[in-house]
Amino acid sequence: MNKSAETIMTDKPVIDQHLQGEHEHKDPVGAKMGMWLFLMTELLLFGGMFLIYGTYRYMNPEAFHSAAQELNTIIGTFNTIILLTSSLTVALSITALQKGNRTLSVLLLAITIAFAFWFLINKYFEWSHEIHNGIYPGSSELTNRTNGEILFFGLYYVMTGVHGIHVIIGIVILSFMLAFIVKNKVTPENYIRLEISGLYWHLVDIIWIFLFPLFYLLR
Amino acid sequence: MQQNNESHKPHIVGYATYIFVWLSLLALTAVTVTVAGINFGGITLLIAIVIAIVKSSLVLNIFMHIKFDDVVFKVFVGIAVLTLTAVFVFTFFDYLSR
Repeated sequence: MNKSAETIMTDKPVIDQHLQGEHEHKDPVGAKMGMWLFLMTELLLFGGMFLIYGTYRYMNPEAFHSAAQELNTIIGTFNTIILLTSSLTVALSITALQKGNRTLSVLLLAITIAFAFWFLINKYFEWSHEIHNGIYPGSSELTNRTNGEILFFGLYYVMTGVHGIHVIIGIVILSFMLAFIVKNKVTPENYIRLEISGLYWHLVDIIWIFLFPLFYLLR
Repeated sequence: MQQNNESHKPHIVGYATYIFVWLSLLALTAVTVTVAGINFGGITLLIAIVIAIVKSSLVLNIFMHIKFDDVVFKVFVGIAVLTLTAVFVFTFFDYLSR
């Protein structure tokens, strides 16, 4: 009895050390690979939509051209700058944490999230304006137009909409990372979760890099 | 590729590199917006896509670290991009020859 109790007592710290110490199972390369695999599926999701855009545009060049004139290039350009800058701040946030500067890392992450909100607010005003003008899928204004224009605006709402959902998911993920850094669950020694969240955010940026010229700069 | 992850020193990209890439991305955005305002006819779309590809490869290589990653990640991305390119090329072979 006494002996087994003693073993348990001596065993416990060993188990704890095993769980928290250097023997804890960590696989940052595997985590990163998992994220990249997921990003490949995202590439296929958006790639498929870009393919549809390409073929419909090829079949309806004039309609796509005239419909694109109605989009707000200024808001589009502004949102491009916002997303590019948010990509910078998330990248800088990772470097800051790697260099051990937690405060700067949290600050840069907060700025990234603020940029993401700013992007969505612009998107809200942009869509509101278009919906106010009667241009939305199924509206009487739009259904009276040519098939090419209906396709253009359908693709515009679906593609920027799905991208917008990704921005919202990005805000949630980056907010979790911010909380993890504050609570010391993501640290200068163990920052893989922040790193792969950054990868997701950069992919959202890359998709916008293609969406922007294809929808807003067709003149 | 290193076998031992413990000895795997992380490659830290400096702040200045990121800021330089960001400035390049902004400059390329300015170019693509300016070019869109001038009518180059059929090649306008081509210019816009080439600039978008240059911008995304900057993001991919520097912001997303692919340039500094193990070769397996480069293969990952390479295969994905090639697959997508193949899908586009074959689809447009079809449409352009109708």
